[in-house]
Amino acid sequence: MNDFKPQIIAFCCTNCASSAAQVAEGMKKTLPENVKIIQVPCTGRIEVLHLLKPFEEGADGVYVAGCQEDSCQYVSGITKAAKRVEHVKKILEELDIEPERISVFNLYAGKGHEFVQVALDMTDKIKELGPVM
Amino acid sequence: MIVAEPKPIKEILEMVKDFKKVLIIGCKGCVTVCNVGGSKEVGILASTLRIDAKKNGKKIEVEEHTLERQCDPEYVDEIKDIINDYEAVISIACGVGPQFLSERFPSARVFPGVNTKFMGGATEHGIWSERCAGCGQCVIHYFGGICPIARCSKSLLNGPCGGSDHGKCEISKDVDCIWDIIVRKMMEQDRLDELLEFKPPKSWTTARDGGPRQLIREELVI
Repeated sequence: MNDFKPQIIAFCCTNCASSAAQVAEGMKKTLPENVKIIQVPCTGRIEVLHLLKPFEEGADGVYVAGCQEDSCQYVSGITKAAKRVEHVKKILEELDIEPERISVFNLYAGKGHEFVQVALDMTDKIKELGPVM
Repeated sequence: MIVAEPKPIKEILEMVKDFKKVLIIGCKGCVTVCNVGGSKEVGILASTLRIDAKKNGKKIEVEEHTLERQCDPEYVDEIKDIINDYEAVISIACGVGPQFLSERFPSARVFPGVNTKFMGGATEHGIWSERCAGCGQCVIHYFGGICPIARCSKSLLNGPCGGSDHGKCEISKDVDCIWDIIVRKMMEQDRLDELLEFKPPKSWTTARDGGPRQLIREELVI
């Protein structure tokens, strides 16, 4: 039995992921306690530094939950976020930290189940990797 | 602007591995514009060093500071009261910055955090291209406003070489033959005959070939 409870930070787009979270709540589906949500107006606003800070503060994993690439309200928010996530993966690799600790997911506002499943999958993945520090 | 790129993180970590107090200094000039050495990038590098230290169980204090410009003594002076508190200083300005810091603060251990590449501009968001070789005697008006010194692989001033192939340079299919572009532009402007005018050989004494350069403008010297 793995007792490790990974600390995960999820940056969620207000327009899709957070709506999905509300749908999940309505479905009585709850997020794992170890996943902390940071709501952002658009994932395109998330900078590389925002993605690094959680690791600096002790997080074991980070993910960005945003819109589908063709349905971002601000046109290219999630595309920009995905590029920044890729950049942070490279930084983590250079630090000999598994790049899988950071991911990006494309969600639909109405799919609450998927929102919770992403959090569970990410938790399982980070549990397998173990703590960063 | 002067265009630079970040040094590999491992190279920077190796530089400062023996130090416990590190000051990272950015510059609000060219390197901010090309997204490599401004306050945002200072924060990213500082965070990266902290994550590495945490991962390896090391204690490190990383401070962040960004100067208006690192190539002007009055701005460099801004850190005179704090620089001696740090064992190592990483400058993420162009190559001028860390040298100005080293000159102003002789006892400081200053390290470069970026590799300075060239003088150029952004042709697209995230893509920069060389435009000026700093030869000290600008001649672009002879060539349709295009610099063959900076943009021809051989810096030829008398026309294309035999390596020009369908508008591309022999060094790479991704590199335009600038002479192909110059000739086409001069034809469009109906000035092709100007390329046939005799020009005396260019003096390279104003370029790096004349040794390290200095510029003195008496009207500005105080």
